[in-house]
Amino acid sequence: MLKIDNLHCQLEEEPDTKILKGVSLEVPAGEVHAIMGPNGSGKSTLSYVLSGRDGYEVTGGSASLDGADLLDMDPEERAAAGLFLAFQYPVEIPGVGNMIFLRTAMNAQRKARGEEEISAPDFLKLVRAKAKELNISPEMMKRPVNVGFSGGEKKRNEILQMALLEPKMCILDETDSGLDVDAMKLVSSGVNAMRDAGRGFLVITHYQRLLDHIKPDVVHIMSAGRIIETGGPDLALKVENEGYADLISAA
Amino acid sequence: MDAINTMAPWREAFEAFTANDEAAEMGAKARADAFARFETHGMPTRRHEYWKYTPVRGLVPDQEVAALDGGDTFADVEAYRLVFVDGRIDMPRSDHAALSAVADIAGPEGAPWMDGVFNALQNRDIPGAMFQVERPFADLNLAMFTDGLAIRIPDGVALDKPIHLRYEGAVPSHLRLEMLVGKGASVTILESGAGALTTGAEIVIEDGATLDHLRAQTEVAGAQFTALYAQVGAEAAFKSFTLCADAALIRNETVVTMAGDNGSGHVAAGVMGMDDTLVDNTVYVSHEAEHCESRQVIKSVLDGAAKSVFQGKIFVKKGAQKTDGYQISQSVLLSDGAEFNAKPELEIYADDVICSHGSTTGALDEVAKFYLRSRGCTEREAEALLVAAFIDEAILEIADEALQDRMRETTDHWMTARAAR
Repeated sequence: MLKIDNLHCQLEEEPDTKILKGVSLEVPAGEVHAIMGPNGSGKSTLSYVLSGRDGYEVTGGSASLDGADLLDMDPEERAAAGLFLAFQYPVEIPGVGNMIFLRTAMNAQRKARGEEEISAPDFLKLVRAKAKELNISPEMMKRPVNVGFSGGEKKRNEILQMALLEPKMCILDETDSGLDVDAMKLVSSGVNAMRDAGRGFLVITHYQRLLDHIKPDVVHIMSAGRIIETGGPDLALKVENEGYADLISAA
Repeated sequence: MDAINTMAPWREAFEAFTANDEAAEMGAKARADAFARFETHGMPTRRHEYWKYTPVRGLVPDQEVAALDGGDTFADVEAYRLVFVDGRIDMPRSDHAALSAVADIAGPEGAPWMDGVFNALQNRDIPGAMFQVERPFADLNLAMFTDGLAIRIPDGVALDKPIHLRYEGAVPSHLRLEMLVGKGASVTILESGAGALTTGAEIVIEDGATLDHLRAQTEVAGAQFTALYAQVGAEAAFKSFTLCADAALIRNETVVTMAGDNGSGHVAAGVMGMDDTLVDNTVYVSHEAEHCESRQVIKSVLDGAAKSVFQGKIFVKKGAQKTDGYQISQSVLLSDGAEFNAKPELEIYADDVICSHGSTTGALDEVAKFYLRSRGCTEREAEALLVAAFIDEAILEIADEALQDRMRETTDHWMTARAAR
């Protein structure tokens, strides 16, 4: 489903700062892959490059979703094609109501795919049901996007968006950061509820603990802009116990 | 062209008006004095301090009046409607009779209550100010107004619906509002339409009274100059909001005098500009009593080569203690060619006051835009959401929620039109 091949990138403003130095990985439909790695290894940059954020220049390699070249698309086209990034730091947007934001996004994607817009009652029903599962109060839905939300509320709001937009490829960037155990369970069950044979996940995390809740099929270790090791779930446990140092020196 | 030549056609127009129009008889002396001031000042140029960012070029008395499509923002609002076409009231289309049943409307001969209103606010010096600001288009309006409304809302009367002044027609007309809002009374005034080259208003808001003012300048294709003088009594409130879009030249001057203790005066505007358009909101709030609060909120969204100007002054007279004056002007520039100029001024002669001002200019938040796009919103949709949120801070200055929504529809319409280009 998601295919990344020898991807290289640097900062647009500082061409000497090379961040990705040949990342290759493939996430087939139905699988959950985790990327772990020390700070500064390029994990978040990979998520930004895949979702189309400005400021990065791809200098080599490719990334595609179901065969379609992602790097050639605008961010909204990637979203309509089925890519979703749950942000490490969800953005606060004062003045833009959560509901109008969700509805605009949903209908924009539908329109881009040539589908009918969702009706107002259907939309409300859907949002209410999904919000309830994630323990998001109606009061939170009335507020501007992420404004005044706690760290946990912001992350739950990301998962709510994911649940509503039903992307086929979900990238979660350090969704566990800033979460207490209860919030992590809530977020994880939201993610697990979406796991199915047609959907892929790429879970970026520092810590093994999230992977206790969202069990990965494959674990990649990233360091200095490359995947240096790929293995099963026990690779995450090994990192948890022994740290990255041995893996990095071996690579 | 030198000053004399620029003014010559105006003198001809004024003389013709005085000789031929019955309307000129009302306040003839005040009109002559006002015209003399206008003529002495001359057509504003960049050399005039308060016209530095807003030069007036090639304005003539028979100026072409052009209206944009888009319709009347207040068309569906239930109101006492007074329609002016080519500078005269259109009686069959106006609710003149209905309005005169609930309020006192003065005829051309005037009324005793107008003594403290007509030419009283406009021709009044700000006491103790370093200098007096000249307002040439207020003078032009006073000199040449052909029609308008002189109305008193009796003490204690809360008018059941707004009064809507609608300006239509192809003649560059000058229209005027003289108003007294009696003690404890309340009323909403709406203004819309391109059919006035100048409007002038003098409004006395007596103790405990409330006046809400909303103006839609969304149909003006050519030029429009407005001057509004409001005098706010003790525990009275004045709240003004103007929405401006895509005019070749708009200059709004609002002068608010806080004349009684514990009064409140708010002036807000939302400006949206595309192409080569210029909107100028110039506000002067004079605090002359204690414990008054004033607020100026100006928000501009500018695309193409559009310009917006805000000149805002807070004056606090000696002894006007416990004044709370606030002013914020912000702009979002959607293109490299757009321009926003802000000139905040504070002149304070009391020592126990809070006065603050702020101004920001910038592009839309790129991170917020990316976030919205990453969820599927197109770039234009993302911009529309962020612009609507930005302008809303000015729209929220409107007290009535239904009228807030009316303004939101108009801003949405503008963003949709922009997206379609």
